[in-house]
Amino acid sequence: MTVAARLARRALVTLGLPLVLVAVWWVASANSESFYLPPLRRILETFADVWLSARLADDVLPSLLRLAVGYLAAVALGVAVGVPVGASRALRDVVEPVLEFFRAIPPTVMVPILILVAGIGDTMKVLVIVFGCIWPVLLNTVEGVRAIDPVLDETARCYGIRGAARLRHLVLRGASPQIVTGMRQSLSIGIILMVISEMFASSNGLGFTIIQFQRGFAIPEMWSGIILLGLVGVLLSLVFRAMEGRVLAWYHSLRRSHRDGGAA
Amino acid sequence: MLDVRGIHKVYEGRGRTVEAIRELTFTIGGGELVCLVGPSGCGKTTLLKCVAGLLAPTAGEVRLQGQVVTAPPPGMAVVFQEYGRSLFPWMTIRGNVELPLKQKRIASGRREELVDQALAAVGLDDVHAAYPWQLSGGMQQRVAIARAIAYEPQVLLMDEPFAAVDAQTRADLEDLLRGVWRRFGVTILFVTHDIDEAVYLGQRVLVLSSSPTVIMEDLAIDLPAERDQLNTRSAPRFAELRAHVYGLVQQAKQGHQAPARIPRV
Amino acid sequence: MRLRSGLGRGVAGLAALCLLLELVPRVGLVSPRYLPPFSQIVGELADQAGQASFWTALLDTLRGWALGLLIAVVAGTVLGILIGSAAPLRAATGSTIEFLRPIPSVALVPLAVLLFGTDIRSKLLLVVYASFWQVLIQVLYGVQDVDPVARETARSYGLGAWAQVRHVTWPTTLPYLMTGVRLAATVALVLAITAELVIGNPGLGREIAVAQSSGAVAAMYALVLVAGLVGVAVNVLARVVERRVLFWHTSVRGEAPA
Repeated sequence: MTVAARLARRALVTLGLPLVLVAVWWVASANSESFYLPPLRRILETFADVWLSARLADDVLPSLLRLAVGYLAAVALGVAVGVPVGASRALRDVVEPVLEFFRAIPPTVMVPILILVAGIGDTMKVLVIVFGCIWPVLLNTVEGVRAIDPVLDETARCYGIRGAARLRHLVLRGASPQIVTGMRQSLSIGIILMVISEMFASSNGLGFTIIQFQRGFAIPEMWSGIILLGLVGVLLSLVFRAMEGRVLAWYHSLRRSHRDGGAA
Repeated sequence: MLDVRGIHKVYEGRGRTVEAIRELTFTIGGGELVCLVGPSGCGKTTLLKCVAGLLAPTAGEVRLQGQVVTAPPPGMAVVFQEYGRSLFPWMTIRGNVELPLKQKRIASGRREELVDQALAAVGLDDVHAAYPWQLSGGMQQRVAIARAIAYEPQVLLMDEPFAAVDAQTRADLEDLLRGVWRRFGVTILFVTHDIDEAVYLGQRVLVLSSSPTVIMEDLAIDLPAERDQLNTRSAPRFAELRAHVYGLVQQAKQGHQAPARIPRV
Repeated sequence: MRLRSGLGRGVAGLAALCLLLELVPRVGLVSPRYLPPFSQIVGELADQAGQASFWTALLDTLRGWALGLLIAVVAGTVLGILIGSAAPLRAATGSTIEFLRPIPSVALVPLAVLLFGTDIRSKLLLVVYASFWQVLIQVLYGVQDVDPVARETARSYGLGAWAQVRHVTWPTTLPYLMTGVRLAATVALVLAITAELVIGNPGLGREIAVAQSSGAVAAMYALVLVAGLVGVAVNVLARVVERRVLFWHTSVRGEAPA
């Protein structure tokens, strides 16, 4: 098969079903009289009006910024605390039940608590995201550090790899697959918290705008917001995947080689 | 070069104490290749870890060129049995060999030289950019050896390094080791359970008793300096030495601590 | 003995947390308006436990959780096996799954409110949507993990599609399914409580929102504590079920035709 034909076939397979589904949605809703399910055409028309406007800067950007700040702070804190806890058996035994309890608390209930403490501004939203996102990163870091190969550890000791170099070359790299797993879980939690904190009590943001549309019965606008939120989720997931692909390239190739039988 | 005095190691467990090593004393001169042989469980690895500074002995001391070893000294390199697990999987071969040199703060030009030289010495000129898991077991162990050589240690400690590879690869690696030893003049303490290997490689063989461990005999191997797998191993002298060591090890397994009535060779 | 010392340390850690939560507000590091002392929270919890409304709310949460989880697991398993067993189906649906999966279920909150109000269906919409993907993805992994030799052997023995699923696909997929159920169980609880919080379905989440807006701070914390304990219980239950099912599974696996 020629290169062009192969590319065309891949495009067909990848885009086939989604295009079909969108087409079905378009046609099925074309003459819709239903208040709640307007024609797809109208939704897409409103999309540009609603979101490609001042709203982008006033609502979408602040939401994403809060998510970024909260998420990155949670990752930094989670790793910073997770490394010493993972390295010490005694610390782990003491602290792990407490950490597992905090992780088990459904993160969205922190919203009312933090509203009490921090009001309904940016601080509250960022704090909520930090509180919710830190636990998967922390606990996975602990697990990743704990599971570092003792032979590798001894090798590092032998060759005088200590301190910051040991942290960088042995601990963080060695635990990175687990840490990234935690970061992935934290990302979905972060998105949920970003939206919920804005729906519950806020004065701006993506979640806030969508719920305002719903309360004001601006239905096509509401739908356009839902679609935008979906796109944001997909986009963040793609960005994460790209990051993961680079940071864990060695790990993916390693696992693939093991799966396929491995070197002799 | 290496002075091991009165090493005594006791493990305290839950209510049980195990005397792994009772008393080990020996010296290794500069440039020597000495093999350590003994029955399984006689504490060979424990001894090696004490010498390397990875484990603190209950009593006794190890001196490297007169300095007491309390932590892994920069003059020592270790090659472990589990080659696969001692190489960093997220670094290339070159990265693995270079890392200890970066720690030693060696200038980048000299580093490159050392890495190239070491990899060439073990016959791996063309895998610089590969990752450890892309190589076979024998090649991985060669990388570990290259890393040790590039480190320019005074003493090279090897803990049953060829135990986990197949017989043919083992033969190649044994010859490689002797070649590297003669080329770089590094002092080697080689721990193994394989008697043939110990006699083939070493200038001296230290035979250990079983636990609680002491040295049964310090045997000089008077085989020619030029050795090869075919001729040396079929030499009558080789067979004599081998049989002698074998007899000692058998005695050790039966619990004897000093050689008894084995004809001197 | 090692387990005992680990356990002892863990209990000590939890006790230290309780002590901290007791002392910090009393000493004044944090205003007791924002964080009541632990003893007060526990006292409030005891009060709550004496009220029927508390138990109704708890049961509402659990009902939504269980029902949504059940629907998600059944749908995820059936679709997962169907799609996973046919390579062309897998290829065709791959991009759609990868696109729909990261869509946050909370995006559906306004729609759920519009369509179903505070009826349990709005809660179920969120719970099922979020949990379904966890199960589906794991089952797809599982079906793909089936040993092709085993599958070929089964086919050469004339096993029909249903028999193949039962004897070849299912045993391999089961561990993955259990992982999916465990992940889905946690997600389902989060979404159930979130729905109650934000939409107002009856349940723990709504009680927490009500407590917060009426300034009953101790009650709010008590309910959050309950939510945490439910979360822990769900985790433990999921792991116990997983271990039980897989224990059975490994011994059966030994007898399944290779």
